[in-house]
Amino acid sequence: AEMAAARLSGTENRLVSLPLSRIRVIMKSSPEVSSINQDALFLTAKATELFVQYLATYSYKHGRGKEKNALTYTDLSHTAEECETFQFLADILPKKILASKYLKMLEKEKRDGEVREDDDEAEEEEDEDE
Amino acid sequence: MAERPEDLNLPNAVITRIIKEALPDGVNISKEARSAISRAASVFVLYATSCANNFAMKGKRKTLNAGDVLSAMEEMEFQRFVAPLKESLEVYRREQKGKKEARKDKDKKADSEEQDKSREEDNDDDDERMEEEEQNDEEELDN
Repeated sequence: AEMAAARLSGTENRLVSLPLSRIRVIMKSSPEVSSINQDALFLTAKATELFVQYLATYSYKHGRGKEKNALTYTDLSHTAEECETFQFLADILPKKILASKYLKMLEKEKRDGEVREDDDEAEEEEDEDE
Repeated sequence: MAERPEDLNLPNAVITRIIKEALPDGVNISKEARSAISRAASVFVLYATSCANNFAMKGKRKTLNAGDVLSAMEEMEFQRFVAPLKESLEVYRREQKGKKEARKDKDKKADSEEQDKSREEDNDDDDERMEEEEQNDEEELDN
């Protein structure tokens, strides 16, 4: 049983790392939720951990980014756009575009007199903080 | 009831650790990626809660239970989580049971020695509620 617990919780040897109290705050922010049983709270926290692992590994594996040894924002937004399971994240992980490119797009539209936005292939660039 | 924005976020250190443990050694994670994953995790909680709540409502219950969360995972197309979640739940339940028994012993001792109340610390409140929950489904989990 201890082996199972260690395997499930990773190197920290804890069953769940995310704080249940914080998970609870987020859950309770939904107005239609009245009460949450302790098991449900635990499962939600644990599921969130599994989700983080899955999102990270999936994005890393399928990322089309130039860097092979890094996980970038671009990898994540690709995942949100292309993988059905993660499509609920599309709004919060939008694709990025360089400001200069966006301005050029706007200028072009003005020149062409087009009101409708093209479905241009916007190159995704990224500003790394590091 | 307004929550401050940071209350709906998960702790950065924990999120980072979970990501690092999932990825191969030596892989860098940009700050932006980390922050994005953290936001995604919060959204996941909201989505899962809403989904689980639908199942509870279908069952005419006001309290979300374990089954609701597991059903939500299937609904959200995260079936792969169901088996590991069930395993973890068993371990968790055993742990909680152990804590409750330890507390019962502590209580017995306290009564006989007439100790002062030190019940507000850590999960004692949760344990207390766990006990009540077994008798009654409608239970609010908060202090």
